[in-house]
Amino acid sequence: MTDAMSSKSVDIQSARAQESAWDYAPAPESTPVVIEDRYDLFINGQFQSPRSRRWFKTISPSTGEPLARIATANEADVDDAVSAARDALPGWSRLSGQERAKYLFRIARRIQERARELSVLETMDGGKPIKESRDIDIPLAARHFFYHAGWADKLRWAFAGADARPVGVCGQIIPWNFPLLMAAWKIAPALACGNTCVLKPAETTSLTALRLAEIFQEAGLPPGVVNIVTGAGKTGQHLAANQGIDKLAFTGSTDVGRAIAKVASVGDRNLTLELGGKSPHIIFADAALDQAIEGVVAGIWFNQGHVCCAGSRLFVEESIKDEVIRRLEHRMQSLRVGDPLDKNTDIGAINNPDQLEKIQAYVETGQSEGGRLHEMSDQSLPKKGYWHRPCFLTGIQPSHVIAREEIFGPVLAVMTFRTPEEAIKRANNTPYGLAAGVWTNKGARIFEMAKRLEAGVIWCNTYNQFDAASPFGGIKESGFGREGGRHGLRAYVRL
Amino acid sequence: MADHPIDAIMLENRAASFTRRSIKESAKKQGLRLALSMVDLTTLEGSDSPEKVRSLCRKAIRPWEGEIDTPLPSVAAVCVYPNLVPVAKEILDGTGVHIASVATGFPSGQFPIGVRLRDAAEAVAAGADEIDMVINRGAFLAGREAEVAEEIREVRSTVHPAHLKIILETGELGNYDAIRRASDLAMEAAASVGPIRDGEVFIKTSTGKISPAATMPSVLVMLEAIRDHWFATGVRIGMKPAGGIRQAKSALHQLAMVKETLGDAWLTPRLFRFGASSLANDLLRQLIRIEKGCYMAEHDFSEA
Repeated sequence: MTDAMSSKSVDIQSARAQESAWDYAPAPESTPVVIEDRYDLFINGQFQSPRSRRWFKTISPSTGEPLARIATANEADVDDAVSAARDALPGWSRLSGQERAKYLFRIARRIQERARELSVLETMDGGKPIKESRDIDIPLAARHFFYHAGWADKLRWAFAGADARPVGVCGQIIPWNFPLLMAAWKIAPALACGNTCVLKPAETTSLTALRLAEIFQEAGLPPGVVNIVTGAGKTGQHLAANQGIDKLAFTGSTDVGRAIAKVASVGDRNLTLELGGKSPHIIFADAALDQAIEGVVAGIWFNQGHVCCAGSRLFVEESIKDEVIRRLEHRMQSLRVGDPLDKNTDIGAINNPDQLEKIQAYVETGQSEGGRLHEMSDQSLPKKGYWHRPCFLTGIQPSHVIAREEIFGPVLAVMTFRTPEEAIKRANNTPYGLAAGVWTNKGARIFEMAKRLEAGVIWCNTYNQFDAASPFGGIKESGFGREGGRHGLRAYVRL
Repeated sequence: MADHPIDAIMLENRAASFTRRSIKESAKKQGLRLALSMVDLTTLEGSDSPEKVRSLCRKAIRPWEGEIDTPLPSVAAVCVYPNLVPVAKEILDGTGVHIASVATGFPSGQFPIGVRLRDAAEAVAAGADEIDMVINRGAFLAGREAEVAEEIREVRSTVHPAHLKIILETGELGNYDAIRRASDLAMEAAASVGPIRDGEVFIKTSTGKISPAATMPSVLVMLEAIRDHWFATGVRIGMKPAGGIRQAKSALHQLAMVKETLGDAWLTPRLFRFGASSLANDLLRQLIRIEKGCYMAEHDFSEA
């Protein structure tokens, strides 16, 4: 019957003219957002012109167009901010936990109320897809304030038997990959524990932090409790070196983290660092493969790979290598790169031109070292702005540069292993230790791997799950200290 | 048969992500028309009368009687019990709308194999272009997979050259791993009879008699099985979610899932169908709202 089977036709529909392939129409998020021409420093509860008398341009990385001018804080400005925080400290720290909680609740509610506006602004300023800022960044930022509001009057139970007192004035320096969320991670626990803050947002993404300052005003937060100083690396250096700071918290690259640790080692102050990573993602042959692929996609292409815990080294059990590569290739083709304000965009713009150049250089190095580049095809990138196609490289050895150094872009290095022992050895063979992912259907193996992988966060059969109640942070050169959960409070109290 | 375990939590997350796709304006219009052209307009009641089937057939050819600028497509097929196939044939012959018939002891499959095969053979003889068969869930759940596969082979040989849709009844299989396994088993069994032309064999979620039926995660598992079969053989198996898809919006979510899991090649009635009765009218309501700017009353649409 084989021949007959393919000849007789009951395929009447094939004669029907097919319209052109169905595709999603542009679906831009339409919430209007007012962006001022100029933003000043937020010191002592007020926006004020910088003593530096200088402002710099912030651009939208998806268009290259300037959005606003942002004040540059010089040493004197940072001094003012630290003094304001110092002056506010006695009042704030003597408030009862219950009273502090009220402010935190109010801030959380206000973030929720202004969520759409904050999402759009985050996407315009940073380049990340609106679906991520809308569904992850902003809700999670609100969640951190809610969560820590809950702790503010319960610190006695967080640290049983000890008297939890605030550390004092906290200097906090945050990166550009999750601007508002990182601000929330830093500010919420500090305020809950009775500290006051000086926050320095990243130079390319200050706008949502400055909106947060407006929210503090709306919430009636006492002046000086949180101060926001904007500017480039120099401003960060002034803050790190300022002798009025009792505690310094930094999230960013390992190189800058090292420099900050050196500066911060002078004088008496606490320090927490959340630094880079080159996190391994391990897939065993018995894993739920399609879901593992989704984990890999979330691990490396979420937020254009601008994620400190990005799963940028993929280790696949040798027997399923081809199957994984084929599926990953297929899945990669369905990603949608483009206008980050479009609700169907999966991959937005690269945050800044320097970063784009760095990513491109790594991809070139990877290829010159013998790696084979797999890129998404048939989608043209926008003409203006900064863009990089999601991609992965095969034929990579653990000694290759792109398998060792943090790229902070949508570039995945794919390698193999044969035994669980080899997987662990290869995964741990890195100076970093931020996160790791394991995919296997076997419960006993999950526990064995989780015990032996050197990382602060280990995800099993999932990846990139975050919550305010769950501590996050690294070991080895990925930093020290935890953010979130009871562990995160520890950095903001003296016992 | 290779083992493909499924992680339920990540699967459900992924399936939910398709419901967050924003399908507006031209995409919505085109998607609704596409979905309409993919409907298997179905009536499977004990009380079905020839008159009801005739009315269903007329609706299948011309889904809406009103005036509209761009003519609406016909639906893909009418799906009825074998007894009513001759009635449908009188009206549908030569129209391009297929006649699908459920057979092989629908919906339970709890009949001796001889009876089930004769059921299918008679439906084809009466003029069915497509047979929607049920698998023997009793045998599958008891682990007698070879028996299930053999029955599928016999049904395919019997109904040839009519197209075959293999109903897994996902709501009775218990978990996603079993849905994946049943999908692989059905496709491999059908393929072992002889070459399959694109769209000649479908796998289908449900009879519509059991709930849950065509949930997004269940359909996703089946789409992934179809994709792997295509990777391995180059053959495109069709997919038919049936049961529980009543709203135009859900249909669009399903289409988004097909597009992103299998690619544009599957966005055709040759390879994708909706088994539904009330879905057609909601698709029409939404389509006509786009054309005319207002919703029509429910009585403006004929009963499906």
